[in-house]
Amino acid sequence: MAERQGIWLYAVTRKANPAALGDRSGVASETPRTVEAGGLVAVVGDVPLPAFGEEALHRNFEDLDWLAAVARAHDAVIGAVVAAGPAVPVRLATVYGDDDRVRTVLTDRATEFAQVLDHVAGRAEWGVKVFVTPVAESRPTAGKSSEHGAGTAYLARRRAALTQRERHDRGAAEQADRVHRTLATLAAGSRLHPPQSQVLAGNAGRMILNAAYLIDDDHAASFAQAVAACDGEHDTISVHLTGPWPPYSFSSLEQR
Amino acid sequence: MTQPVPAQPVQQPIALVDLLDRVLAGGVVVSGELTLSIADVDLVHVSLRTLLTSITALQAPDD
Repeated sequence: MAERQGIWLYAVTRKANPAALGDRSGVASETPRTVEAGGLVAVVGDVPLPAFGEEALHRNFEDLDWLAAVARAHDAVIGAVVAAGPAVPVRLATVYGDDDRVRTVLTDRATEFAQVLDHVAGRAEWGVKVFVTPVAESRPTAGKSSEHGAGTAYLARRRAALTQRERHDRGAAEQADRVHRTLATLAAGSRLHPPQSQVLAGNAGRMILNAAYLIDDDHAASFAQAVAACDGEHDTISVHLTGPWPPYSFSSLEQR
Repeated sequence: MTQPVPAQPVQQPIALVDLLDRVLAGGVVVSGELTLSIADVDLVHVSLRTLLTSITALQAPDD
């Protein structure tokens, strides 16, 4: 135990339920434990500072495999906590020096934590991503135009294709807007994330909506149906559902 | 484009990008005394840049 340890924070909940965590291990392969104060329970893990201190984190976050493993472990612990009862997920890489500092946070912000816990209780986050379907561009028929008019014809085709694409994109944006308004009426909260880059998202089309909705568990099925309906009734976009997620997007203490 | 959407949890491995959207930009922000600056916005940029670079490098340069 020569190594200095930090306290990694996963989630804040109301009831300690060690059984819910099972033998799930955390970001440093440690066994998560709990710290209690102010009627709240923080689920934490003891992590070695050589790997999880500020400097080390800066370095390690550049390593995609490391980041992916830590993100998945963080999410897995939070998922287990959420499965046992309402919980507020904590942003990745929140580390304290000792348990007392964690207790101080719980006590100082007890009211806000309680408000968020009430808000997310019995609800889950669902993600909806909207992509523009690729526009089917008419292929120019080669070799038809005379030598003389080839350049002009090319420009005309180019212009027509651009207009077609603009119209397609505009239609898609309007439809995505409609999808968001429709789904937001079914939700207890909604939040828009920046669309993911096309390279990252790995989808054929461009992402134009990256939204999160907080949905009553009782309404999860009808929400999924609504998303499917949105996907079916619009031709310029495709609509993808992810989830359920812990309420990552609805855990701000400042605003909900 | 229509697929049956299951009412139950969507059964597929969670895409890393979707996960990072949430664990890096979502979740409650409380000031961790050791990692205050890293838990902030620059973190998201750092990691997403890493991700972008890695994935771009894996792809055939056809676009």
